[in-house]
Amino acid sequence: MTELLRIEDLRVAFSTRAGTVDALHGVSLSLEKGQTLGLVGESGSGKSVTAYAITRLLDRAGKITGGRILFRGTDVTRVPERDLRALRGAAMSMIFQNPRAALNPIRSVGDQIADAIRAHRDLSKKEARAQALDLLKAVLIRDPETRLDAYPHELSGGMCQRIMIAMAIACEPDLLIADEPTTGLDVTTQKTVMDLLARITADRGMAMVLITHDLGLAAQYCRDIVVMERGRIVESGETRALFSDPQHPYTRRLIAASPTPRSTVEDLARAAQEAGEVLPPIAATPRPAPEPGTPPLLEVRNLIKDYGAPTRAVDDVSFSIPRGGSLGLVGESGSGKSTLSRLICRLIDKTDGDVIFDGEAIGGIPARDFHRAPQRRDIQIVFQDPNDSLNPRFSAFDSIAHPLRTLEGLRDGATLKARVEEAAQRSGLPPELLTRFPHQLSGGQKARVGIARAIALRPRLLVLDEPTAALDVSVQAIILNLLDRLRREDGMAFLFVSHDLNVVRMMCERVVVLRLGKVVEEGSGHSLFANPQSAYTRELLAAIPHFDPAPVPVQA
Amino acid sequence: MTTLGAISRRILRRLVSSLPAILGVVVLTFLLMRVLPGDPAVFFASGPSAGQQEIEDLRRSMGLDKPIPVQLALYLRDVATGNLGKSMTTGQPVVTDMARRLPASLELTFTALFIALLVALPLGIVAALRPGSLVDHAVRFICTLGVCMPTFVSGLLLIYVFYYLLGWAPDPTGRIDIFSASPPDITGFLLVDFAITGDLQGWWAAFTQIILPACTMALFVLAPLARMTRASMLSVLGSDFIRTARSVGLPGSRVTVTYALRNALLPVLTIAGIVFSTMLGANVLVEKVFSWPGVASYTLDALVASDYAPVQGFVLLMAGIFVLVNLIVDILYGIADPRVSIE
Repeated sequence: MTELLRIEDLRVAFSTRAGTVDALHGVSLSLEKGQTLGLVGESGSGKSVTAYAITRLLDRAGKITGGRILFRGTDVTRVPERDLRALRGAAMSMIFQNPRAALNPIRSVGDQIADAIRAHRDLSKKEARAQALDLLKAVLIRDPETRLDAYPHELSGGMCQRIMIAMAIACEPDLLIADEPTTGLDVTTQKTVMDLLARITADRGMAMVLITHDLGLAAQYCRDIVVMERGRIVESGETRALFSDPQHPYTRRLIAASPTPRSTVEDLARAAQEAGEVLPPIAATPRPAPEPGTPPLLEVRNLIKDYGAPTRAVDDVSFSIPRGGSLGLVGESGSGKSTLSRLICRLIDKTDGDVIFDGEAIGGIPARDFHRAPQRRDIQIVFQDPNDSLNPRFSAFDSIAHPLRTLEGLRDGATLKARVEEAAQRSGLPPELLTRFPHQLSGGQKARVGIARAIALRPRLLVLDEPTAALDVSVQAIILNLLDRLRREDGMAFLFVSHDLNVVRMMCERVVVLRLGKVVEEGSGHSLFANPQSAYTRELLAAIPHFDPAPVPVQA
Repeated sequence: MTTLGAISRRILRRLVSSLPAILGVVVLTFLLMRVLPGDPAVFFASGPSAGQQEIEDLRRSMGLDKPIPVQLALYLRDVATGNLGKSMTTGQPVVTDMARRLPASLELTFTALFIALLVALPLGIVAALRPGSLVDHAVRFICTLGVCMPTFVSGLLLIYVFYYLLGWAPDPTGRIDIFSASPPDITGFLLVDFAITGDLQGWWAAFTQIILPACTMALFVLAPLARMTRASMLSVLGSDFIRTARSVGLPGSRVTVTYALRNALLPVLTIAGIVFSTMLGANVLVEKVFSWPGVASYTLDALVASDYAPVQGFVLLMAGIFVLVNLIVDILYGIADPRVSIE
C-alpha cells in the first residue's frame, strides 16, 4: 500500500485574547490509500483542528506553528494560499457537522454541486448539471431530478448530508475527511449516511478520516483508530485490538464511559470515579417503594396535539409513571417526543386528552397560567442545550435561585443561599463556581447548573429533554450517574427524553417508543431492548453503532 | 402561476393590514395639529389689524368653528374621497401641490440612495474582507464623518467647494437652471424625462443640479448602509457554508460574491428600505439648502404658517410611502431568499 498522507509532529496554535494557546502539541500519523482512519476524542482534543490543518481551513486565529503534512509527497503546510484551491475538492475534501448550515441557504443544491464540479473541471453549466444529477443518484437521493432545484431548507438533515457528500466526492478526491458527519442526525439516518459513505469511499478507493466522539461509530466504520486527548495522540492502532486491549488510561476511561448494550449505571459510576468525580454524600436514605394501589404520579391519557399539519404531532398517547419511577421516551426527530414533554410540562396546550398529575387533571390549565398552579413546582425540566438554556447575564447562583425566588417567593438571605448551595452541592457543582457566569463554565458545569436549577424546588417529576446530548461521553457518564443518584435519593420520578437508546436503557425502568406521534411500543427497559416486538423498534436498535469492546479490566 | 397568485394575495393582505396604522397616523396628526399653538384664522387674516368679525368669518369658512370630532369626521370623509384640503399659503389643493413636488423629492431620494449604495456596498465588503486593517479603519472614519456632520453643514461645504471655489457645479438653486427649458412632463423625474426626449444637454444640466444635494444626502446615510454591509458580510463569511465553499476549492471571487455577498445583502435590503423612507422624510434640510422644490420644504413652510392641510397631507403621504416601501422590500426579500415562504 502506498502512503497518501503523513503528518509529522504537527503543531497548531490559536491566538486568543488571553495570548497564544497551543491546540496541537506534535501530532504524527499516517494514512494509506483507501484506508479508513477514525480520529476519536472528546471536545478540545484537537481532532477537528487536525482535520482543518490538513485542508488548511483553520480560521484566521489558527496557525500551523510546526511540523509537516505530507500529502502525496508534497508538504501542504508550505503550499501558497492560491495553490491550495487546486488541492481542495480535487485531491482532498471535507464533510462537516450540521449539514444544513454547511450548505448555502439561498442557492439550489444542484447549483452548489455544479459549483463544486466547475471549480476544478472545465465544463459547461449543462454538463455540470448532468454530472450533479449523477452524483445525486450516487448518494441515493430519491427523485433526483426535482431535488436538483431544491434549497437546503426544503431537505431533511440526512438529505443535506448526502448533498454534502455529493459535493465532497464531486471531483473524486483521494482523501475524504468527515468531521462528525452524523452528529445531530437520527440513528437510522446516521446508519444510512455512514453506510453510504463507507460504500462510496470503498468503491472509489478513497481514504477516509472519520472524526467522531462516538466510539461505536469509529469502531464500526474504521480499520484503524487514533485516540486524541488535549492536542496529543495518546494511542493508536488497529480498531479491534485497540478497543479490546486499550493501553492508555484515557482510552480506558473513554471506553468505560461509552454506553454499550451491556453497560449499567454502575459502570458509569465507576467511569465517573475514575475521572476523578467526587460524589456528594448521600443526602437522604433511599425511600421505600410506594404501597401497591397508590395512583401513579403522572398519567397521560389519549393526549393529542394537532398543529394543523397533515399528521398530528402527538396522536393519542397514553402512559403513566409511578412515584419515583422512570420512563424513557425514545424516537427519531419528528416523532413528537419533545412536543409530548412540553405538553406534560404544561409549556404548550393540548388539543385533546388529559394529563393527570398526582390525581389532579392539569391538562386543562392554560399553559400561560400554569406558572401559578401549585403543580409548577412539582414538575421541573432540564433542557437539552446547557449553553442556550441559561441566561448569559445570570450567574450560576442566580440561575439556580431564579425558580426559588419566583415560585417559592424566597427573598435574598440565608435561606435562599442555603437552598441554592444545597442544590449545587447535590448536583456536584463546587460552591466557588456559583458566582460565575455561563461563559465562564464548561459544558458539564453548565449541565450541572441546569440540573441544580431543576432540583432546587425539590420537584416530584423531573422532565429531562436530552440532558446529555451536547456533552462529551465522559461528562455524560458523570451526569447520568448523578441523575440516577438524585432519583434514588429523593424519590423523584423521571421522564427521560432521548434519542440515545443505550442511555435510555440504562436510566429508565420503562420505555415508550414513539413514531410520528404515536406509541409504537411500550415495555420495561430490559425486555424492550432484549426482545423488541415491533419492526420499528428492531430497526432503531439495529441502527445503533454496535460498540461492544471486551470488558475493560478494572484497574487495580 | 400559483406563486404569482400567492404573491398578489400576500400584497393585498399586507395593504389591508396596514390600513389601521395609516388611519391611526391620520387621526393622530389631525389631533396634533389642533393641539399645536397658533390659530390659522389669525395667521391668514388680512393683517394684524383684522377685526374680530373677519377672523370669525375666516374660521367659519375653514370649518374651525365646528367641534373637533365633527372636524375629524369631515376630514376623514375628505381623505377617503381623495380630497386632502386646500393649502392656505399656495391657494392650491394639497393633492395638486404634492403631485407637482413629490417627483422632485423622489428623484433626489432615489439618486441619493443609488449613490449611497454604490459607495457603501464596496466599502462594507472591503472592510469585511480585511477586518481590523487600515482599509477597515478608513471606512469607519468616512462613515463616522458622514453621520456626525449635519446635512446642512455638509451641503454648504459641498456648495462652497464645488460651486464657490472650484466652480464645477452650477448655481445650487432648484432642479434646473432657470434659463434652461424644462422637458415635457412625462414622469416628473427630470433625468428620466430628458433621457426619454433624448435631450442630452438638458439631462446633463439636470444631472449637475442634482448631484450635489444627492451627494449630501448620500453622505448622511452612508454609515448605516456600509456598517450593515460590513457586519452582515462578516457574519456570513464566518458561517459554515463559506467554509464548505472553500473546502471544495471554489475560486475566491465566487466565494465572496455568489456565496457571501448574496447572503449578506438580505439584511442590507431591509435597511435600505428603512433608509429610503427616512431620507424622503428627513431631506427637508437638504431641500432648504439647495432650494429644492420638494415636498419636505413645502411642508415645513406650511407648518410654520399653521397651514393644517399640507402637513396632514404630507404625513399621510409619508405613511403611505412607508407602507409601500416595506411591501416592496418584503417582496424583494421573498424573491431573494427562498426560505421566506410566499404564503
